[in-house]
Amino acid sequence: MSIEIDRINKRFGDFIAVDNVSLTLNDGELTALLGPSGSGKTTLLRIIAGLEQPDSGRIRFQGEDATDLHVSDRGVGFVFQHYALFKHMNVFENVAYGLTVKPRSQRPSKKEIRDKVMHLLEMVQLDWTADRLPSQLSGGQRQRIALARALAVEPKVLLLDEPFGALDAKVRAELRRWLRRLHDEIHVTSVFVTHDQEEALEVSDRVVVMNRGKVEQDGTPEEVYDHPANPFVYQFLGNVNLFHARVQNGVAKIGSVQIAAPEYAGQQDSLALAYVRPHDLEVLNSREEDALHARIDLVSVVGPTVRLELQTDTSDQAVHAELSKHQYRSLGLVQGGDAWIRPVISRVFLRDADSP
Amino acid sequence: MTAALQAHSVKRKRFGSRNNRVIPGFGLTMGFTLLYLGFMFLIPVGGLLLYTSLMSWEEFWKAVSHPQVVASYKLSFGASFIGASINLVFGALVAWVLVRYEFPGKRVIDALVDLPFALPTAVAGIALVTLYASTGWVGQNLEVWGIKVAYTQLGVVVALTYIGLPFVVRTVQPVLEDLETEREEASASLGASRLTTVRRVILPALLPALLTGYALAFARAVGEYGSVVFISGNMPYRTEITPLLIVAKAEQYDYQGAAAIGTVMLVAAFLLLLVINGIQWWTSRRGL
Repeated sequence: MSIEIDRINKRFGDFIAVDNVSLTLNDGELTALLGPSGSGKTTLLRIIAGLEQPDSGRIRFQGEDATDLHVSDRGVGFVFQHYALFKHMNVFENVAYGLTVKPRSQRPSKKEIRDKVMHLLEMVQLDWTADRLPSQLSGGQRQRIALARALAVEPKVLLLDEPFGALDAKVRAELRRWLRRLHDEIHVTSVFVTHDQEEALEVSDRVVVMNRGKVEQDGTPEEVYDHPANPFVYQFLGNVNLFHARVQNGVAKIGSVQIAAPEYAGQQDSLALAYVRPHDLEVLNSREEDALHARIDLVSVVGPTVRLELQTDTSDQAVHAELSKHQYRSLGLVQGGDAWIRPVISRVFLRDADSP
Repeated sequence: MTAALQAHSVKRKRFGSRNNRVIPGFGLTMGFTLLYLGFMFLIPVGGLLLYTSLMSWEEFWKAVSHPQVVASYKLSFGASFIGASINLVFGALVAWVLVRYEFPGKRVIDALVDLPFALPTAVAGIALVTLYASTGWVGQNLEVWGIKVAYTQLGVVVALTYIGLPFVVRTVQPVLEDLETEREEASASLGASRLTTVRRVILPALLPALLTGYALAFARAVGEYGSVVFISGNMPYRTEITPLLIVAKAEQYDYQGAAAIGTVMLVAAFLLLLVINGIQWWTSRRGL
């Protein structure tokens, strides 16, 4: 079931939550709505679900207008950040809820409900918890139950609002891999909201980056990460170093370092910012013509990688570089010592009112 | 070394809890609690029972089973039951409106709910009788429909409903504030109609608070005196409540008779509260 979001607007008082957003989400795709808090991603998700009414614009499921359908008639499964399980029902009753509230004529028999619920519980690997109360389960287990509950009614669309937001790092990582596998099995069109870029990149087929109620970029995880459309996306997706640069005839200059910027071939002496990710920064232990001199302020070893905090001669802002422990050792770098840095991959954006 | 330290601190926690508390003084506060409960509650109740035990069984039975007294039990418990039941429904409704909606004057209404707590019950009784008498604003209009409130059993119900309102509202309100709308949204997204959501998601979550409010409203109504005596008219066998009979007996220096009826009320109220507590315990086991 494809979802067509057509020029949706939503305000809360003076605050513009969703600003004229149009998107088409394809059948069977797992899409991540990624953005900082207040970017409108959750509001958009709730509008798709029918939990919120847009001020203007339409929502269509497979071409059919669903904007005025009540949430209970939309056939969406919704998973909440804080699970929203029914505390007074046991796990079985929770998962069976959507089936037992069907009108008598459509309601499956007791046995059918039992079989279906147990099947779903096996799918989320929690069939042994059927008689327990939600309060007796861990956060990760509760969220899996919430997902089973949403899937019980065979929704046309599965919507997840920061589904792993309340869980600790290890459980999060497990659950998102599990969600990916589950989606590969059942292929229901799914949208999930997250502010965690790693989660969005790892789990989804497609990432929609939102900021201030607008879509900043829309593409596959690789596209979005490797070719950010603008400085916001660059900064939001992972750590990034900013270097002040001057662009002249298609070349950006950061001190003695030159970076090709053919997209600005027409520019004469414009101020710009070069964006370089920490792992795209080459660190050298001896002077080279096209490298910047820097002092190593801090060395922190995080598992197999080493993070350096460097200070260049021209800027007050610390520069972060990331390299493997192996590289670090062979270079013989030390805290407080000298180093030379050279951007390997970078992206130059001209400075304007919007840039930081 | 650290393990040893931890083991040590665990030990201290277990055996020397007094030293580890942020705020000490268990002995003092517990002692005061017992003293307070003793003076304010146990000794008066004990006195009542002692006084009653001075009577012989026949005397006791005669005092508590007199038809006039039995009629008053029926009225007191019956009207309290109806009043508390009305409050259960409308108190829940008031709490719902106060928690879930924003509207001008919300704080005023919120404050008004407490009025039956604050207003002297005699004042309330006089106000009610003025309103509901056949010459009063409300009474006049009800008279047209053939409904009489003042000086009837219905009047007793009205007074007991009035004084019980805050209990249900104030016990349900905080629970409702904690009840996330997310659970209702989850129910709706699973295809449940609005009524089904109320019946299967909201009400079960509110049940313990509703029961507590009900029990408190009921207990308060059974013991109420001031606001009822004005509106009821106090006609023997018809509109006489049990507390009034106790006062009447005491005024005639029949202290033993008063104590005997008091004992019956005490036991009945205790049993009813026990039953309601039992239901609460049963629902809380369901993880509410």
